[in-house]
Amino acid sequence: MTNNTDTTPSKRTPLYVLHQELGAKMVPFAGYDMPVSYPAGILAEHKQTRAAAGLFDVSHMGQARIIAGTGFADAAAALETLVPGDIQGLAPLRQRYTLFTDETGGILDDLMVTNAGDHLFLVVNAACKAQDLEHLRTRLGDRCTVQELADRALLALQGPAASSVLGRFAKAAETMPFMSVEDLLIGGIACFVSRSGYTGEDGFEISVAGKEAERLARLLLAEPEVKPVGLGARDSLRLEAGLCLYGQDIDRTTTPIEAGLAWTIGKRRRAEGGFPGAEIILEQLRAGAPRRRVGIRPEDRTPARAHTEIRDEAGRRIGEVTSGSFGPSVGGPIAMGYVESGSAAEGTALRLAVRGRDLPARVAPLPFVQTHYYRG
Amino acid sequence: MSKERYTEEHEWIRVDGDVGTMGITVYAQEQLGDVVYVELPEVGRKVEKGKEMAVVESVKAASEIYAPVSGEVVEVNEALTADPATVNRDAAGDGWFVKIRLSNTGELDGLMDEAAYKSYVEGLH
Repeated sequence: MTNNTDTTPSKRTPLYVLHQELGAKMVPFAGYDMPVSYPAGILAEHKQTRAAAGLFDVSHMGQARIIAGTGFADAAAALETLVPGDIQGLAPLRQRYTLFTDETGGILDDLMVTNAGDHLFLVVNAACKAQDLEHLRTRLGDRCTVQELADRALLALQGPAASSVLGRFAKAAETMPFMSVEDLLIGGIACFVSRSGYTGEDGFEISVAGKEAERLARLLLAEPEVKPVGLGARDSLRLEAGLCLYGQDIDRTTTPIEAGLAWTIGKRRRAEGGFPGAEIILEQLRAGAPRRRVGIRPEDRTPARAHTEIRDEAGRRIGEVTSGSFGPSVGGPIAMGYVESGSAAEGTALRLAVRGRDLPARVAPLPFVQTHYYRG
Repeated sequence: MSKERYTEEHEWIRVDGDVGTMGITVYAQEQLGDVVYVELPEVGRKVEKGKEMAVVESVKAASEIYAPVSGEVVEVNEALTADPATVNRDAAGDGWFVKIRLSNTGELDGLMDEAAYKSYVEGLH
């Protein structure tokens, strides 16, 4: 029962009325009134998503286009000055996860970038979107137009039944490759659909005009496999899937290498550099980082929350938990955090300082659950 | 005759003689959501009214539970360790936390009765 002292009036997504009708518990999140859970509760919503399908409102996230007069190649080259991902190598209608880095090698935000043919389509975090847009306009403004799509909503349909559900409305959805996008008509509504998500399950993120969002949500919720899922379960699902939450597991003080996100740095980018903090990041890639993000399994039932101190067996502080909760599908507590690189090997014994106790834990492989991304 | 009293922190205590059984209210469990872990004090521990006595963990967060009265813990509900969700299913019954031998039954006078608690909760909306 945390108290929110922020008195700024909250913004609402186009699905606000629907959330209220569904009995959602609303909480302020990144300046928005968002559903943390529905009457089913976080555990049931989490399991629903792993067993069938969950519908999430993630309209608070930022959607934007980067347009260069000369087309995709120039927009991609421009964006590459801000991210370590290989954007120029992105095939048409393919999407990639990447990071805005700063001069110290820290992470300003994580985002999805899509080659939308003649421009780039971006999805960024809600809490970062204003600064991301400012960053893009300041740094790329002389070469590109940065267009915020503030009138669009974003829905995520996630779970093993997501594909057959969406396929009922648009057959093509079923065979879309993982991390690809397509323009689809769903119940006659124009949608920009990507096969991606934040749960470890197969699924889709659907960008739709804000004024059509409620109709689309109702259409999907009318399918027997689909139930609404709030941000509470979104967090437990992504943690089980080993996915980072910006502001918690990654931020300006963590580098992509420390965060275990070296895989997002393309081969060409490793050779060429040319992104903020490249010197530091590429040196860590070569020589190793002083600390690493790891999965952590507490050995008893007590969850260790963010900011819990991590110690080695001798009692020395070696890091801190960045996300910690109970994993409903794991059936026990799970966490992620940073430890000194010497203690990052799988199976390393750790101690977690929870309420004056010293709880035994071990470094565990990520993800905590088997992921089920669509592989064709 | 037992009497039930409530705190502003949403704990209930049902007193029989000088021993009170306590737990959290239905309202409290609704606010917490799915309970996944309950950390209870040890039998024999002295607790002080208003001070932290137990911790309830939901998927989202850990919440401290305060002693509604001062006294000594004489029994704890071990069943909550195996099945913490009992707190959600039956907060006012099987989901009890501990039994406390009151050191000062006069402390009960400062707590709310059922009608007062009900209007207190209504005032929170």
